[in-house]
Amino acid sequence: MTEAIVMDGVHKRYGEKRALDGLDLAVAGGTVHGVLGPNGAGKTTAVRIMSTLLRHDAGRVTVSGLDVRERAGEVRRRIGLLGQHAAVDEQLGGRQNLEMFGRLYHLGARRAGSRADELLERFGLADTGRKAVKQYSGGMRRRLDLAASLITDPDVLFLDEPTTGLDPRGRTEVWDAVRSLVGGGTTVLLTTQYLDEADQLADRISLIDHGRAVAEGTPDELKARVGGDRIDVVLRDAARLTEAAALIGGEGLALDPDRRLIGAPAPDRMAALTRTVRVLAEAGIEAEDIAVRRPTLDEVFLSLTGRPAEERRSEKAEVAA
Amino acid sequence: MSAATTTAVPGPGGGEHVPGPGGVSSRLGWALADSWTMTRRELAHWARQPVAVLVNLAFPVMLLLMFTYLVGGGRGVDGDPTDFLVPGMLALTMAFGLEATMLAVTQDLGKGVIDRFRSMPMVPGAVLVGRSAADMLQSVVSLAVMTGVGYAVGWRWRSGAAAALGAVGLLLLLRFAMLWVGIHLAMVAGKPEMVAAVQILVWPVGFLSNVFATPASMPGWLGAVVEWNPMSATATAVRELFGNPGGATGSWAAEHAQLLAVLWPVALIAVFFPLAVRKFAALSR
Ligand SMILES: Nc1ncnc2c1ncn2[C@@H]1O[C@H](COP(=O)(O)OP(=O)(O)O)[C@@H](O)[C@H]1O
Ligand SMILES: [Mg+2]
Repeated sequence: MTEAIVMDGVHKRYGEKRALDGLDLAVAGGTVHGVLGPNGAGKTTAVRIMSTLLRHDAGRVTVSGLDVRERAGEVRRRIGLLGQHAAVDEQLGGRQNLEMFGRLYHLGARRAGSRADELLERFGLADTGRKAVKQYSGGMRRRLDLAASLITDPDVLFLDEPTTGLDPRGRTEVWDAVRSLVGGGTTVLLTTQYLDEADQLADRISLIDHGRAVAEGTPDELKARVGGDRIDVVLRDAARLTEAAALIGGEGLALDPDRRLIGAPAPDRMAALTRTVRVLAEAGIEAEDIAVRRPTLDEVFLSLTGRPAEERRSEKAEVAA
Repeated sequence: MSAATTTAVPGPGGGEHVPGPGGVSSRLGWALADSWTMTRRELAHWARQPVAVLVNLAFPVMLLLMFTYLVGGGRGVDGDPTDFLVPGMLALTMAFGLEATMLAVTQDLGKGVIDRFRSMPMVPGAVLVGRSAADMLQSVVSLAVMTGVGYAVGWRWRSGAAAALGAVGLLLLLRFAMLWVGIHLAMVAGKPEMVAAVQILVWPVGFLSNVFATPASMPGWLGAVVEWNPMSATATAVRELFGNPGGATGSWAAEHAQLLAVLWPVALIAVFFPLAVRKFAALSR
């Protein structure tokens, strides 16, 4: 499969600040690629370079085989961009926005209008009428933004943190919209700070930190790199946590007294499970729950960079909806 | 279809690619089409904010009435004070258009939609052309309203139609120059605080002109400063062309006001138009 996006040793500085420090990235055509990294990792900078909004200092960037510096005009005809911040005219209505963008893509007045109607229908915005975008909910605004980036059926679609700042309902709406694009042949590059989002949507993931790729692979491959599966044991009685942990043993034990939880490595899966059940039963320690699971991307990031990727989503967002 | 002329990987997304650049004539056609689309955008904003539009039209009218009836501008000039004041107020309104343009561009650049425009295959300058077309249209309407109100308070034009049209042309030329100054300022210093500073600073510049009083009534050094103010050149030239009393001072600047009223704006445009276009193309790079 040909590569739809290539970044090769890309550097970008803002004054003294190195935002990208030799970033490499290769995205196969027709796939969804997640770029995962904490705040300040360089995700937005990378997207702005790939979408011709920003010039890089060094390195090579191609989109659909076209150099973004030399053939920016042609690149712009093939891409759609959903930036980190809403890129629609807030004072106008949804249809007015889409029609305006359609005209600017030179679809012609009639086609611009009919395309606007199609997209409003497809993203569930057909009944918004004349309402100005500034009166939309966050999820609606994001969907309109997404519709605007799809006016020309782009070969490559960039989504920069498409769900940051949305409540869980808005997030689900956007996820569904992104999933509906997959299979249409469009290449999607998605940045996110949310591990579950990359896990849910991406075929492959690049982990980036300090403007550099630190790991790349499918979600499963990345999880495997942390060193295999884990076993989680929830005890009935928190008082016996240390005692139980000593019995289970092994390197990299994690104790969580609040949740009465012991996490332990379980490279041999079923053997670890039987062993754990046996030692606890022999000591007369009651377990409420025992499960073998794959490591989360959280743990992947922690083990590869030495710190967590995700600032916890605010409590408010979790409670909302 | 552009794919024929490039080595690009044919996109899987496939279908509806935007046509690539054709000949020079079609590129010019697109530049016009994009500029018209961006002008329509500004008109659509007006349609959604009729009150703001009315306030912008009413503000200079209020100033005109205030200076006519409360402050008593134009006294000490031969003839009817309104004949002196109204052309001056027209020039002032055109010059103060600077702040309206700067405010609009500052607000626009702060919005994400500019990023979308820049990621699209549109003609880059179209955003600025749309802004200037809309602002010029607003100024034409504003001039019409102000001359109407001026007429109601006693101002008369006492020359031929050609001269009067020339006066309107000079006023719009000043507005066009201020437009590009405003666009440039917004891009180099585009913060709301800076807009507020400019909104304050235009006042002393306005008073350091012959809009409200003739330089003949001022101390010599001040009169000299005032006469070389671009706003004064336009005001004096417009008074001459309307056949209104100019408060003649006999100085070189006053004698050549019509020439200066062309040279000043043309010089400002020659400097700020290319700067603004270049700055816009290099935005946030
Ligand atoms: N315009 C700018 N000027 C200076 N520094 C910037 C600018 N934009 C981003 N940065 C810095 O570059 C780094 C990468 O930023 P960004 O690409 O926005 O990261 P992310 O999108 O992953 O949060 C950050 O340290 C950020 O502070
Ligand atoms: Mg970002």
